[in-house]
Amino acid sequence: MATTSKTVPGASPIPGARSFLSRLREGDEIARMITFLFAASVVLVTLLLVFELWRGSALPRHKFGFAFFRTSVWDPIFDQFGALPFIYGTLVTSITALLIAVPLGIGAAIFLAELAPARLSDTLEFFIDLLAAVPSVIYGLLGVFIVIPLMRLYIQPALKSTLGFLPLFQGPAYGVGFLTAGIVLAIMVIPYIISVSREVLLSVPRDQREAALSLGSTHWESTWKVVVPFARTGIMGSIFLALARALGETMAVTMVIGNTPIISASLFSPGYSIAAVIANEFTEATGDLYLQSLIELGLVLFLLTFILNGLARLLILVTSKRGSETALA
Amino acid sequence: MKRIAGMILLAFGLTGILWADSTLSINGAGATFPYPMYSKWFDEYHKKNPNLQINYQSIGSGGGIKQLTEGTVDFGASDLPMNDDQLKAYQEKHSIGILHFPTVLGAVVPTYNIPGVDAALNFTPEALAGIFLGKITKWNDPAMADANKGVKLPAQDIIVVHRAEASGTTFIWTDYLSKISDEWKNTVGAGPAPKWPVGLGGKGNEGVTGTVKNTPNSIGYVELIYAESNKIPYGTVKNASGVFVKPSLAAVSAAAAGAAKAMPDDFRVSITNAPGKDSYPISSFTWLLIPEKFSDAAKRDAIKGFVRWMLADGQNYAEGLSYAKLPKEVVAKEIKAIDKIQ
Amino acid sequence: MSARLRWRKFVSGFMLTMTGVCALVAVSVLCFILGYLVFHGGTSIGWNFFTKLPAPVGETGGGMANAILGSAKLLFLASLFGVPIGFFGAIYLAEFSGSTVAFIVRYAADLLNGVPSIVIGIFAYSMVVLPFKHFSTLAGGFALGLMMIPITLRSTEEFLRSVPNALREGAMALGASKWKTIATVIVPTAYRGILTAVLLAFARVAGETAPLLFTAFGNRFWSHRWNEPTASLPVMIFTYAISPYDDWHRQAWAAGLVLLGLILAINIVARAILSRGSAVPRS
Repeated sequence: MATTSKTVPGASPIPGARSFLSRLREGDEIARMITFLFAASVVLVTLLLVFELWRGSALPRHKFGFAFFRTSVWDPIFDQFGALPFIYGTLVTSITALLIAVPLGIGAAIFLAELAPARLSDTLEFFIDLLAAVPSVIYGLLGVFIVIPLMRLYIQPALKSTLGFLPLFQGPAYGVGFLTAGIVLAIMVIPYIISVSREVLLSVPRDQREAALSLGSTHWESTWKVVVPFARTGIMGSIFLALARALGETMAVTMVIGNTPIISASLFSPGYSIAAVIANEFTEATGDLYLQSLIELGLVLFLLTFILNGLARLLILVTSKRGSETALA
Repeated sequence: MKRIAGMILLAFGLTGILWADSTLSINGAGATFPYPMYSKWFDEYHKKNPNLQINYQSIGSGGGIKQLTEGTVDFGASDLPMNDDQLKAYQEKHSIGILHFPTVLGAVVPTYNIPGVDAALNFTPEALAGIFLGKITKWNDPAMADANKGVKLPAQDIIVVHRAEASGTTFIWTDYLSKISDEWKNTVGAGPAPKWPVGLGGKGNEGVTGTVKNTPNSIGYVELIYAESNKIPYGTVKNASGVFVKPSLAAVSAAAAGAAKAMPDDFRVSITNAPGKDSYPISSFTWLLIPEKFSDAAKRDAIKGFVRWMLADGQNYAEGLSYAKLPKEVVAKEIKAIDKIQ
Repeated sequence: MSARLRWRKFVSGFMLTMTGVCALVAVSVLCFILGYLVFHGGTSIGWNFFTKLPAPVGETGGGMANAILGSAKLLFLASLFGVPIGFFGAIYLAEFSGSTVAFIVRYAADLLNGVPSIVIGIFAYSMVVLPFKHFSTLAGGFALGLMMIPITLRSTEEFLRSVPNALREGAMALGASKWKTIATVIVPTAYRGILTAVLLAFARVAGETAPLLFTAFGNRFWSHRWNEPTASLPVMIFTYAISPYDDWHRQAWAAGLVLLGLILAINIVARAILSRGSAVPRS
């Protein structure tokens, strides 16, 4: 794009030799500088954010070091801060969410990409995209008034009576807890898995499917054994994207998780996540160590989502490239 | 279409900018314990003074103290007086001090949700400490059953609910528990955000009430009005004189009687486990935290005006909301202290 | 047909039906959410909701007029801050920049996009609230604007790039300078896509709660200045939902319906604009 400016009429025959002043007079240089400033401000503000997170967490980083991630005591009165319960809660709820959302999501994506006629697929995709637009606090609202009572009255007792021998499903049925948060998060991330997986599945070249079918496989076999593995990396990407969303979720989680920093093997137990503890305690964190420990938690969350998002994009890119390359071959 | 949208946006923007009018806005934040009282007061006061808005956000006493120290709010509110360290921190940051103004008296009550039990249960200090320490785990434990002969308590697990954030209500509760239980004092201690041995966290008095209301076999601690207005049962507590006292305005005022006569100048005092056979042992004052000096004269006068009104007409709203009025001696002392606000 | 083949065919039919079930579950969740909100929220929406200020705690009546206006002001500020940066930055990326700078800017935008909203709130608190010593609409608008930037930037850039070179060269052949080409040819051509991008970014931040918790804070009254805290729909929903008061619960449902209705409406409009087709075939 940048090279076309040199072919503007009024230029000298030698490319690039238009004088600065003439470019200025034409307004191009000003346009370039102004838009550059805006683009640069994006970089600046992002750098500033990372810098502020780093600087704002200096005290606990120096005081606790890596022990911050191994300790599970969170005691503002005695200035002891350990991130383990929050990291545990964040991971448990997100993984639970994925365990529910991934099979459902990939199944739905397969349906939309392979089975549904184009119009049905597009209409359903439209609805699924709308689901992705529902704000977190509304999921929280539904969580508080629908999911929690459901859990407490039906689902938790049912799980307890059937699978109660597993440590996962022991303990009193509070209604709130890891499992509830996981379920709400699952509903929130399903749209991401569906829409991205559907796209990558659609980008798998036709000949792959047709080759499998021509060899005598059933529709399901060609899908499951040929198409899906081909799109495997893109689907992984969608899962990472969903995970990144689940990790950073604040409102829906804090309304249903029970807000208690404990580590427990039971999914019925109340817990806490990084985003939820920041939301609850940030405005009242007296004392620099307390506040900065919360900021360090924010930094941890940021790093986690950053890595996952990067991996996700990479994987999705690789799949679409493979798809187009193989099709051309 | 674009032009219309643009003009609407412009109109919005101009309205917002031009609407920066003569209304004086004062911001405060802090305790959820007196929030129903304060929201009523600020609403009524706004009706009397339409050009003054006092915006109060209930984020918990810890939040009030913190934001006051940061300078992001004009005044704070707390059920626990600022301790010396916090006062010093404020002094260092702003070179002035904080004045405490008691506003009302309230009671922190043990509220519970046991299906089939509507009666007011009797709680001994040992029972309360045991439950919140996680030592007493079932409702039909002898500690509870013995004090409540005649009530059929279920053999269900007790689900403890406490505050998720730094709270003055928590301070009042743990202050009381520390006074009546050495084990509590040594293991958990008194404070706005202790390390709870057991339980779920709710945000604000509102959150704890909501959680107890929705969770069978649970017990929490909330300010009296929250239990009353949400019609959840609350129990009696045995006081220092051995009497089971139901939380009420009279009982709270009885608890404050002693302190009223011996009120320190800075108004920082704890009245938990107060002597007297009519006293409710988990009572407390709650304070407005006001800086000694205001750079903005309009704000200073507005706040002084409000405090004066609060000590006079404002007190008449207290009992309707289940808060006890301030004792006369305390009111008189506060009126004199208003002049300390510069 | 052999038994094995019958089995494979059965498995095929079964599994494919299951995928249909999955799709049905996913879509019905949305319908359920909408239905529930409409049912509960619809019964609570009234004239009061839109025109009254919140009543004192525990009293019924009262509405969310200040929260509605507050959200409008916050979104206005957010757009004012985020859209120009995204828009003009995208012009730079699409028309002027070299590939290294473009890579850095895109990377930064992706980074910003991935930041959890609560962390954006922390950043806005230290950048705007602390220096000004005020919780404010400004701080809230800043936080939301930050979140609008990456979406606006990336989408606008894509739509600008998708304008065929033929148009660019045609304009230049007629003697237009670069910026004139951009202003009169490229942007108008891509305008539908850009508008869609802005609308989607707008809808995304309209529902954000976490960044407002310690920036815009909250207000029981009208917020009169940009430097004052303000109520907002998402924060009110949160506060009322976790409270024990039934009247507040009803209001939370109503607010949820209004908010969701607004967001879905914007999403649908945005997609409709896009699907009406671009002015030029995309080749």
